[in-house]
Amino acid sequence: MKPFTYQRAGELREALAGAAGTPSAKFISGGTNLLDLMKLEIERPAHLVDINHLPFSGIEETAEGGLRIGAQVRNSTLAADPRIRSDYPVLAQALLAGASAQIRNKASTGGNLLQRTRCYYFYDRNMPCNKRKPGSGCAALHGFNRMHAVLGSSEACIAVHPSDMAVAMTVLDASVETIDTERVTRQIPIGDLHRLPGTTPDIETPLKLGEMITAVILPPVQPGRHIYRKVRDRASYAFALVSVAAIVDVAGETITGARFALGGVAAKPWRTPEAEAILLGEKVSTEVFQRAAEIALANAIGRGGNDFKIPLAKRTIQHALAVASQRG
Amino acid sequence: MSNSTPMANTGKTWIGQPVDRVDGALKVTGQAVYAYEHRADDPVAYGYILGAGIARGRISAIDTAQAEAMPGVLRVMTHKNAPAQPAFGPAVTPAVREVFTRPRPVLSTDRVRYYDEPVALVVAETFEAARGAAGLIAIEYEDERGAYDLSRHLADAYAPQRTNAGFQTDSLVGDFEAAFADSDVKVDTIYTTPYEHHNPMEPHATLAAWSGDEVTIYTSAQTLANFQAGIANTLQIPPDEVHLVSRFIGGGFGSKLIVHADTILAALAARELQRPVKIALTRQQMFANAGHRAKMIQSVRLSADRDGKLTGIAHDVCSATSRFEEFCEQTAVFARSLYAAPNRITRHRLVGLDTNRGEWMRSPGEAPGMLAFECAMDELADQIGNDPIELRIRNEPEVDPERNVPFSTRNLVACMQEGARRFGWEQRQAKPGTVREGRKLIGLGMAAAIRPNYLGASAARIGIDGNGRVKVELDMTDIGTGTYTILAQIAATSLGLPLSAIDVQLGDSHFPRTAGSGGSWGAASAGSAVHNACEALKQKIAKVAQEVRGSPFFGLNLDGTEFRNGEIRIGDRSENLANLIKRVAPQGLDARGAVEAAGENYRNYSQHAYGAHFVEIEVDMDTAEIRIRRMLSVIGAGRILNPKTARSQIIGGMVWGIGAALMEESVLDPRYGHFVNHDLAEYHVPVNADVPDLDVVFLEEPDSNANVFGSKGIGELGVCGAGAAVANAIFNATGVRVREFPITLDKVLPGLPIQISRANRS
Repeated sequence: MKPFTYQRAGELREALAGAAGTPSAKFISGGTNLLDLMKLEIERPAHLVDINHLPFSGIEETAEGGLRIGAQVRNSTLAADPRIRSDYPVLAQALLAGASAQIRNKASTGGNLLQRTRCYYFYDRNMPCNKRKPGSGCAALHGFNRMHAVLGSSEACIAVHPSDMAVAMTVLDASVETIDTERVTRQIPIGDLHRLPGTTPDIETPLKLGEMITAVILPPVQPGRHIYRKVRDRASYAFALVSVAAIVDVAGETITGARFALGGVAAKPWRTPEAEAILLGEKVSTEVFQRAAEIALANAIGRGGNDFKIPLAKRTIQHALAVASQRG
Repeated sequence: MSNSTPMANTGKTWIGQPVDRVDGALKVTGQAVYAYEHRADDPVAYGYILGAGIARGRISAIDTAQAEAMPGVLRVMTHKNAPAQPAFGPAVTPAVREVFTRPRPVLSTDRVRYYDEPVALVVAETFEAARGAAGLIAIEYEDERGAYDLSRHLADAYAPQRTNAGFQTDSLVGDFEAAFADSDVKVDTIYTTPYEHHNPMEPHATLAAWSGDEVTIYTSAQTLANFQAGIANTLQIPPDEVHLVSRFIGGGFGSKLIVHADTILAALAARELQRPVKIALTRQQMFANAGHRAKMIQSVRLSADRDGKLTGIAHDVCSATSRFEEFCEQTAVFARSLYAAPNRITRHRLVGLDTNRGEWMRSPGEAPGMLAFECAMDELADQIGNDPIELRIRNEPEVDPERNVPFSTRNLVACMQEGARRFGWEQRQAKPGTVREGRKLIGLGMAAAIRPNYLGASAARIGIDGNGRVKVELDMTDIGTGTYTILAQIAATSLGLPLSAIDVQLGDSHFPRTAGSGGSWGAASAGSAVHNACEALKQKIAKVAQEVRGSPFFGLNLDGTEFRNGEIRIGDRSENLANLIKRVAPQGLDARGAVEAAGENYRNYSQHAYGAHFVEIEVDMDTAEIRIRRMLSVIGAGRILNPKTARSQIIGGMVWGIGAALMEESVLDPRYGHFVNHDLAEYHVPVNADVPDLDVVFLEEPDSNANVFGSKGIGELGVCGAGAAVANAIFNATGVRVREFPITLDKVLPGLPIQISRANRS
């Protein structure tokens, strides 16, 4: 681990000043990912600004009828919140499907969104990795890539984003509120928070240096049944091979609302508006779910070890949509 | 009284009781001190090992200047300045024993033999400073093209001189090829089993502290004698100048039978710096530097008549090994004893690769071998429409089928039948893929278990003081199995004392030498030594009681002397043992006892423990996710010394079986020669949610040929065949036979029915 200085920020002003003062400063919240990466010297910040004590730990109702989740709300707190459990169950399910109880107790909402990929080659400094060392190549592309992306990847990087929570927030059309070192705030639709790798997989978000996530805004409750289905190699404490967050509303036999997001398949939670669109107004049927699944995976590219994710994702989408459209 | 007459204890027998661990309170309150937690008199320095970034080649340049300049750094050791050590030597030692005692030099040449092999050690005032400085060492390599992929180098396979533990490489009985060619019923199948890593919870760790010429090594070792010899031979000092302490061990599973780099480097650095040095391997380093189970390709061929009577068995194993040190797991050896068949072949072949050496991993041989073989038996049962249990009963041998000696005891059939009754085996549908509950396919599977029983030379010292307190000392280790508890039970039983009177001290090389923990021989070997020491002590006590004036037993004939309920009784007189000792030997008495390695009985009998595993599994029809529902193991392992700790051993083994069947695999990247998924986030072992309803039943059958207790080893038996039972249940659930372990969902998915979740309004 590279030596670093540490600052506990009591106020937002201090935190932003601390981040502005050192080019390689990092905010640290739960530290469940950053500390591991620092020990391996994959992250090498010269200065850490501890933002755990900033006043972003509340969950408040918004004027629009949604919820504003402070960036420092712990994953376990968020999953247990009665409003999340009753109105946004897909988010509660996704949170509880992630990590372990101990990690969820520590991990924050903002930190969860900014956790980095679990690509084995990213984690090993002896290996080529364009995300860790731009221009060095991608060892996963022709290597062991069972966990890797089938959608939105490039020859430069096939890593996936590991968050479950972000997949649920994506299907909920959440947005991310930030503040930068000039104290300018903005809202970023969650679909724009994570970038696809292209030729610059080292640039993972549009966040500027020193820009901090302060909250996640959930829009008002959407009608429909929620489900988060995570497929993994063991029953707990494993990253998703494929996950599906789905919300389906039906009236009689007709689908009146349908949306789904995929996890474990790309560098970001994956939505396919065309696939969702074809469901609207259709009668509930195996065939229409199958069509939606085919559309969602139409551009999928397997890299060998992860080829199975394509049929697996289709089957899981169909399963999730079928369950989410059940009533009674 | 003759010396050979054991003195009876007709009182409370602690042996066979489900006694709680005597060290349990120490462990749950954090008072059990593990290797890295020990303190030294002088301030400790901390070492961090830097591993090679290539798998084969040489170090052409190494620049440590930046690291050495870091605050707090005390020493940077590389091959350029490390103390002289003997050469590693040949890949195969002349004698089996030397595998455990050979020098294991570290940082002694510029050669890199495997990925992440230590290339530098940084010692600093803190662990963080050492680790930080290690990141500043610049190394240039001459990278050589290495061989890493077993399947690509099969043409280089060779027959080793012996397998691990000295078994013959090949066995041939009858004419298998002819029988196989003539048979209508045959299974001809190939299974692959992956690299696996032990990953005990406590990593390999050492504190070394020198005092004059003697070094004290606090480390995590299963077998102190091996460590002592390995350290002495590497440092080229007399063994009696190496004092080892290993009181508590957070799991070993065979990865702590020989000395590793943490210990050698701590000893070398502590000597150079003249202050204590601590070194632990990181979890990631454990994958390269603490041994593994090698990848294997296993061919199993079976021929049978229409009724399922085997006419031929062939088990051919080709395993990866290291080029620089051979390790041939005895993967097909169990097949020499398990089932009857007139024509038989077992063979072991190796392919040398540029990886670290393999080591003993819980149930070496049976663990990978039975995964393949017991699945092949299931294939045969399926082919001829036999019930898998019936098939095995039909091939039950009367004597050991290759050695032609009787079994000491063998309870396999009873285990299978009792298990079938308890598990509801009659509910199993022979036709696979036919049982559904909602979106789950349900299956039942079973497999047999077999594991040899051993006895290793061991000694113990015992003393009783004027307060009637007993101290038992031996260099045995408790790697989490319950050895402290069992030895206390043995001593308390023999001496007729309460458990609380017995203080068992283990894990110190100043104590009498034992066979240590390994090969499931610990309880029998160390236990026999303690038992014999107790017998010797009782003789001594009785003799003093008889000879000392003022003793209530003065001058009595000692025939029929009994030790029970805290008393010694001779004839119609009895006396509290503590009071007697106080009176006749106030300074206390002590004695030694020993046991030789099994000799005649082992030659004259085929000695194994047996069992039968039963598994109910569910497979998701949409995603092919596989989850265990319940599992039962019925165990025939002689007399059970402590049903509670024994149950834990078997359950632990069953969980290993689940892991081996469903998830454990270290993936070796054939381009770089490194284990890709080298941490516990990506190397999966079962978590609690994967292990639901497990049960263990013991069918006790004292084996008088095994040892004085009639017990057999159980530390590894639970693993043997457990994974095959899981795999067979998956086949029964789905009709998909996966022959490449582990059975992850991607391998099952293509074989599942296309029909997926139906839109269902109900």
